[in-house]
Amino acid sequence: MKSFEYKKPDMVEEALSALAGEDCLPLAGGMTLLPSMKQRLISCETLVDLGAIDALKGIRRDGDSLVIGAMTRHAEVAASPLVQDTIPGLAGLAAHIGDQQVRHRGTIGGSISNNDPAADYPAALVALGAEVQTSTRALPAEEFFVGMFETALEPGEIVLSVRFPIPELAGYGKFPSPASRYALAGVFVARTGAEVRVAVTGAAASVFRATVIEEALSRDFSAGALERVSIDGTDFLSDIHADQDYRVNLVNVMARKAVETALGFG
Amino acid sequence: MTNTIGVGASPKRKEDLRFLTGKGRYVADIKRPNMLMGAFVRSPHPHAEIVSIDISAALAAPGVRAVFTGEDMKADEVGSLPVGWAITDRHGEPCKEPPHPPIAHGKVRYVGDAVAFVIAETQEQAEAGAELVEVDYNVLPHVTGVVEALQSDAPQIHEEAPGNLCADWELGDAAAVNAAFDTAEHVTSIELVNQRLIGNPMEPRAAIGEYEPERGQHTLWTTSQFPHVVRLLMGEFVLGIPQHKLRVVAPDVGGGFGVKQFHYAEEAVVTWAASKLGGAVKWVAQRSEGFISDAHGRDHVTQAEIACDAEGHFLAMRVKTYANMGGYLSTFGPNIPTNLYAPLLSGVYRIPAIHCEVMTVFTNTVPVDAYRGAGRPEATFVVERLVDTAALEMGIDKLEIRRRNMIPTEAYPYQTPVIVEYDSGDPMGCLDRCEVLADVAGFAGRKAASEAAGKYRGMGISTYVEACGLAPSRLAGQLGARSGLYESATVRVHPSGAVTVLIGTHNHGQGHETTFAQIVSERLGVPFEDIDIVFGDTDKVQHGLGTYGSRSLVVGGAALNKAADKVILKGRKIAAHQFEAALEDVVFENGAFAVAGTDRKTPFADIAGSAYVPFDFPLETLEPGLEEQAYYDPVNFTYPGGAHICEVEIDPDTGVVTLDRYTAVDDVGTIINPMIVEGQLQGGIVQGVGQALFEHGVYDDMSGQLLSGSFMDYCMPRADNIPHLVIEPHSTTCTHTPLGVKGCGECGTIGSPVAVINAVVDALRPLGVRHVDMPASPNRIWNIIRKTRVRIAAE
Repeated sequence: MKSFEYKKPDMVEEALSALAGEDCLPLAGGMTLLPSMKQRLISCETLVDLGAIDALKGIRRDGDSLVIGAMTRHAEVAASPLVQDTIPGLAGLAAHIGDQQVRHRGTIGGSISNNDPAADYPAALVALGAEVQTSTRALPAEEFFVGMFETALEPGEIVLSVRFPIPELAGYGKFPSPASRYALAGVFVARTGAEVRVAVTGAAASVFRATVIEEALSRDFSAGALERVSIDGTDFLSDIHADQDYRVNLVNVMARKAVETALGFG
Repeated sequence: MTNTIGVGASPKRKEDLRFLTGKGRYVADIKRPNMLMGAFVRSPHPHAEIVSIDISAALAAPGVRAVFTGEDMKADEVGSLPVGWAITDRHGEPCKEPPHPPIAHGKVRYVGDAVAFVIAETQEQAEAGAELVEVDYNVLPHVTGVVEALQSDAPQIHEEAPGNLCADWELGDAAAVNAAFDTAEHVTSIELVNQRLIGNPMEPRAAIGEYEPERGQHTLWTTSQFPHVVRLLMGEFVLGIPQHKLRVVAPDVGGGFGVKQFHYAEEAVVTWAASKLGGAVKWVAQRSEGFISDAHGRDHVTQAEIACDAEGHFLAMRVKTYANMGGYLSTFGPNIPTNLYAPLLSGVYRIPAIHCEVMTVFTNTVPVDAYRGAGRPEATFVVERLVDTAALEMGIDKLEIRRRNMIPTEAYPYQTPVIVEYDSGDPMGCLDRCEVLADVAGFAGRKAASEAAGKYRGMGISTYVEACGLAPSRLAGQLGARSGLYESATVRVHPSGAVTVLIGTHNHGQGHETTFAQIVSERLGVPFEDIDIVFGDTDKVQHGLGTYGSRSLVVGGAALNKAADKVILKGRKIAAHQFEAALEDVVFENGAFAVAGTDRKTPFADIAGSAYVPFDFPLETLEPGLEEQAYYDPVNFTYPGGAHICEVEIDPDTGVVTLDRYTAVDDVGTIINPMIVEGQLQGGIVQGVGQALFEHGVYDDMSGQLLSGSFMDYCMPRADNIPHLVIEPHSTTCTHTPLGVKGCGECGTIGSPVAVINAVVDALRPLGVRHVDMPASPNRIWNIIRKTRVRIAAE
């Protein structure tokens, strides 16, 4: 690890002014950033720890939405009665991110800002039609996630919170990599009224909406409706854990699992 | 005696207090005065000429004190890392042993080969300096696969080894095997891959070299399973340091599994660098550095055949194996897939003729050497896959074909056609008991339940034997070992009667401090808490050979037992003097020396005290003191074995294999501490399950890069992958070790991979699947299911 200056402000404004300097990086849970710094893959002059900013923490209901602060830990989302009550599929997703240690350090804001192609939260944000509130603007999730490890965030811009519209039904199915336990394929399914939205993580370079699955589930919201649905895997990732065909299969199997979870069978 | 804890008891482990409270003292914890930190520059290329190395920027970086390259070590006449156990090829020629410089010069031969060592005041400065070393490479074509490396157009890795061949080795009677195959009713043939594994002990490797110029004294602290052997190899062959001026210390070591039983380049580099700088230099591997610098394991490609008569009796076996050595020979590299492999191909069966050919081959990969089991899991995998496949092809029940061919208990000692003679064993008894414990009778019901849930279920068996207790020196010498393989122990009885044991084995998780104390407590009647076990420091402990090959209790325990015998004899002499009795009339029993047939007796501690207060000793015939040393050289290997039965369930939607039931009945000889033995068996089984289902060291053929170079991609088994393990001993007593023990450290790793794979193949048998290579990963299994389903649909 290369040496750096460490700042830990307790106000958003202080953090933003600190991050306005040269060669600064924000630190959320540090689950990706710190290992990368230790391996000398990433370095910075100043590391701005967001962990003391109370305004970035917490979960609240706001009308038909759930608002989760960027520095809320995965374990807090998983254990929140409010989340379990309103979007149990989201609580279930958070409960299976990484391992115990990761869930008690990692944050929703850090996860989505990193936009790892195999992270879980991006699927939930896109499928639920969430809105990302940053320090300068509000962005729909589909515009926030740009590509592999790439978001719409500008330098110095940080995520403040995520607003999730509360759906009627939602569920997540994940097939973890046996080694890393990141998603080889993760499918989040949400239904609100007649609209079904389905987002896939892990399978391609970045989270995407699976429109063929959405169409099939719009006609018949059941796992059985997906048996004959074939997904185009042309742009899917292929690695030593999962080739393209296998990922195509996993997306289908995990979509069925997500539907069953959403329907309360999972 | 009230507070002795002897053979058969399971006291809590003495060493765990410090381990579980974070008070273990590992190499990385050690700080020396004015200690400098080092970082290696390693090759990013699998095969390249080093055109030039520019160290000027690194040397100018803050805190950097020195940068050394391979040319510097060469100029200082530093020797090649030696091979401790070489082999002789089928023509009687020694295997090819190309030079293995601690830091490469001229060429690099694998990704991770060291090219420079940067020493600075802090770790961060050393790492920053390492980034500034500019190496100009002329990249050469490379080869990572063992079969590909033998092809005529393969890149030449060492000029000393034409065609990349280290040795073309054989064992057994080819003519007898050919004759048996010519007349056989049935021949079963298989091809298999025993994949590359990366050991990943919890503690990464580390080393500190220190030099005191005023004494001419060198010290190396290292994460080693055998500090004395490191002292011998490094002192005599690499650095030319006299043994009495080189101290090697292996303090607490966080797991070895074989990975730490080699003399590594980094040990020589820090020791040499310290002498150049006149101080202490420390190196601690990052985990990712360990992946590309710790010796790897396995990596075989094998073709095997077994010939049977019409009733499925085995007539002969023929095996051809290609074994990957990596870019250089590691300390025991060529010995593992030959001498520790082919002699185990008879398994627990009567097979009249066996012939095995092994080609050991250089490739542009990390060197390959012993890893828990070391040759014997590979042999067991071949034998038990052949047996299962033969049973399937001949329509014989897989338990029955094993029983039909097993060596019956009354046939022991049993001479195999591949050198070794099994002294004792009861494979039939192990299998019978395992069949009951595993509820084989209930398998059909469980299979039906799985099928009703849309899953496949299979049951797999492995019956195995292995060779432990390395090793009888005479036999090892005939097979190319360059050292004897005895072990040593000193029993130092203090005036109080408390005991310190100095032993040449090394404890890195096995519980030696407990087990060896139990032996002393049993033999001398000394309270368990009054016994300390000292190991791992060449300045404290007499020469020993260390810990590997399940040898510590078998060979080290025997040396300890022998030293205890000598202590008792000396105690009897002292007692005889005090009692004014004849030596032959003095007995030692229940912790006291007594005159047989009388009530005259003196406790052990009192005799110990008087040994150091020899006011009236007849000094011409009785020396003061009570301290004895013994060396023990085994007369044979020991042959633990057993039967493992497991069941897997496979989800056809995802290809996930779930290990659902596992039962092991093992013959490890006499058991000193049942809790520790069970723990060793559990750990071994899980490590073998890791090979069967999860672990895979994968090289990208195109780039020569290690793709599984971190825990993100190298999959270790975890607690939630493992069901409750049912483990029961079924011991026969080893006939030639004084304690009757056989060793237990590797049993699980040897028995379990093939049990699991046999279960996976059994589960997929309805689809016509004949073989599944390891690891049986979800993607691999799903592909097999999909392809066979497509084929079945087409038919």
